[in-house]
Amino acid sequence: MKFRLYRYSPESSEKPTMQDVELDIEPAGKMLLDALLAIKAQDETLSLRRSCREGVCGSDAVNVNGKNRLACITPLSELKEPIEVRPLPGLPVIRDLIVDMEPFYKQYRSIKPWLINDEPEPEVERLQSPEDRALLDGAYECILCACCTTACPSFWWNPETFVGPAGLLQAYRFIADSRDEATAARLDNLEDPYRLYRCRGIMNCVDVCPKDLNPTSAIGRIRSLLVKRRV
Amino acid sequence: MKSATGSHTGTGSWLVQRATALVLALALPGLLIYVLNALPADFAGWQALFAPLWLRVSMLLTAVALALHAWVGMRDIFMDYVRPTGLRLALYLAVIVTLAGSVAWLAAILFGTAWSAA
Repeated sequence: MKFRLYRYSPESSEKPTMQDVELDIEPAGKMLLDALLAIKAQDETLSLRRSCREGVCGSDAVNVNGKNRLACITPLSELKEPIEVRPLPGLPVIRDLIVDMEPFYKQYRSIKPWLINDEPEPEVERLQSPEDRALLDGAYECILCACCTTACPSFWWNPETFVGPAGLLQAYRFIADSRDEATAARLDNLEDPYRLYRCRGIMNCVDVCPKDLNPTSAIGRIRSLLVKRRV
Repeated sequence: MKSATGSHTGTGSWLVQRATALVLALALPGLLIYVLNALPADFAGWQALFAPLWLRVSMLLTAVALALHAWVGMRDIFMDYVRPTGLRLALYLAVIVTLAGSVAWLAAILFGTAWSAA
């Protein structure tokens, strides 16, 4: 199979290049990550992140033929040759397919992704009704692979000021949580021309999410809450 | 550099854009149909067409909605693409002057001396 891989080495003064690679591999039943690891076995200088190899850890997100996906759950047989693999767009490249995730994590941290509840701890766990628990479906499953945020043009233009779809989905996950008491502060944190309202409903995030989540709808629900408390 | 966000505004302009979009979606086809339906050929016909007060008021309100809608949209574009603060402010000002001027001009046309004479 034919591959075109993005190569960049920070030690050399050369600009990033696309490397053509021919690999003898039977695509049936194999994922893109299998092919990348086979290429790495031939040429150990190829650098990439991967860990669980089954779409749970979210560390092997790459741009494949123009679309952000997880290499480990992308079947080789689905891809058109030459298979062009690039690092995630919109983040600084460290080496080859490895990007600096810090701008992404910084926005994630900014929404305080933990439960805030100053009530005395109950003797057993804080209980939720099944209905309250159902509100978290579609929000808690995010694996922070950054496929969505790095596919978002609004994040490309404003990475320092726009939280991005992954961060906003997580913001909603805690706003919707019946056990969280900081809803007002969380909404204040997003009430800004940039942090949430840079979302123009492009919906690239929905298109690329490997877990089939819908950040755009979560952003819409946060916006409804912002509107509701204002009018 | 630390990013200077957290101005605690944003919902207002988003609401303005949505509300004016609704007004425009209703008013623009309405006005267009009204004008096309009675398309007059000469100056007197045009004058008669725009004589009713309700029409002139609703036209002016539509223009105000259009100006507000355009203001939020242009501001968003400048926020994305124009980084130097001075240049951005100058562009904001140019847009505000253009839009406010256009609305005032329309008001002068709709409620100006031509009507008091008629």
